Amino acid sequence: MTDQEIIELVNSSLAEEFELELADMTAETTIYDDLGLDSLDTVDMVIVLEGAFSFKIREEEAIREIRTLGDIHAFVIGKKRQLEAGL
Amino acid sequence: MHRVAITGIGIISCLGRDIDQVGAALREGRSGIVVDPERVTLGFRSPLTGGISDFDPTKELGRKQRKTMPDFAVQAYAAARDALTMARLEDEQIQNDETGIIIGCDSSCIAAIEQVDLLKAKGETKSIGSGLVFRSMTSSVTMNLNTLLKTRGACWSLSSACSSGGHAVGQAADLIALGKQERIVCGGAQEINWQSMCSFDGLGAFSLRIDAPSAASRPFDVDRDGLVPSGGAAVLILERYDLAQKRGAAILGEVLSYAFSSDGESISVPSSDGLGRAMKKSLQAARLQPSDIDYICAHATSTPAGDAAEAQNITSVFGPSTPGVSSLKSMTGHELWMSGASQVVYSTIMARQGFTAANANFERPDEHSAKLNILTETLSQPPRTVLCNSAGFGGTNACLVLRFDQ
Repeated sequence: MTDQEIIELVNSSLAEEFELELADMTAETTIYDDLGLDSLDTVDMVIVLEGAFSFKIREEEAIREIRTLGDIHAFVIGKKRQLEAGL
Repeated sequence: MHRVAITGIGIISCLGRDIDQVGAALREGRSGIVVDPERVTLGFRSPLTGGISDFDPTKELGRKQRKTMPDFAVQAYAAARDALTMARLEDEQIQNDETGIIIGCDSSCIAAIEQVDLLKAKGETKSIGSGLVFRSMTSSVTMNLNTLLKTRGACWSLSSACSSGGHAVGQAADLIALGKQERIVCGGAQEINWQSMCSFDGLGAFSLRIDAPSAASRPFDVDRDGLVPSGGAAVLILERYDLAQKRGAAILGEVLSYAFSSDGESISVPSSDGLGRAMKKSLQAARLQPSDIDYICAHATSTPAGDAAEAQNITSVFGPSTPGVSSLKSMTGHELWMSGASQVVYSTIMARQGFTAANANFERPDEHSAKLNILTETLSQPPRTVLCNSAGFGGTNACLVLRFDQ
């Protein structure tokens, strides 16, 4: 997957789960203030990302640090690249 | 003590999605009972159930809001919105310390099953998701309604089996009468699904009249063979009477009194005097004589023992000449946790629409129901002073006296 494909899949998965408008979703969009998600939603965000990308997310500390969609994109891209490199 | 007005009602039941549909069904004696074929396959004794087919939760609330809500909580929200609209109460008028929510509810079965199944399938608790903990609680309805309506007063669910809705409306009325709240969104909610009813079905208490679903629920009839489970949500807006008058609200009726009792006997068989004691106390609290009541909205569920006990209790209070009696469960089936509240909503609908519904399917009495004045045809006059009975497993009884001035 290219970085762009990963970003698009992250956005479409979150848009479906949280009933968001794709047009409102940029890298700078904050997930709590702009998208109105809360800490409970991050529990479901992890499940959605795990389902979309077929990996398990163990980095709970890293998830707690996420503030923007760009943070999510970077996290997922990093995770995919790690797995591709067999790390 | 303050007087308590009914200023709004809303209902989602197997008789319809709003008070007009439900009123038409009650007037015509139309049943909401269906056969659920899945229950046959699963090994139920009876596949009969109340059916709600025209309610779409996705039209009421978004996915994020529904994540923490079982279907019956969404139904309660829709009914609450209808009731608030009827009461002409805007959001800012209820978002204060003086507005509460009390709903009768005694289960949320599906979520409890789903969370266990998900854990077993996924092998880790974090994959269960965030919604099920809130959906699985008995208080799911009130915690969600509070979040959505943003009221700031009383907020709890009340559990007392099949009298939950009756006690919820009664407690709401008492809190207003005592001056502790100015208005309360109250009622009852009941899930309809086979999962929540399978062990109840196993007790042999459900009707087996599968070839004639609309004739299956026949309270007080000598040939009754059991209840039909049903559900939905019924919501009322109760308000301090003087405040409702002051703001120019249309007053639909008045809760004159609420009284309760418990049997202290069997877990499943109603006693010969428990409901009667609550009826007497409710009449005393309303300062009425039995002869002042012109309609009894009976609890009778169509079980042989339960209906006989209620008939005996009514006779013990009202003597040989009873007011008109009907059990609307003859059309709705037994709405369980919701039923005590839905009886108040149905009585209010009848008062507004100018009729008193008959006890459908009542063809021949038994020795106990022969002593009651059971309504066999819809009356063209509305009820004026009403006694609503409800009773639950373990022998917990709630009686409400209502008055409707035309």
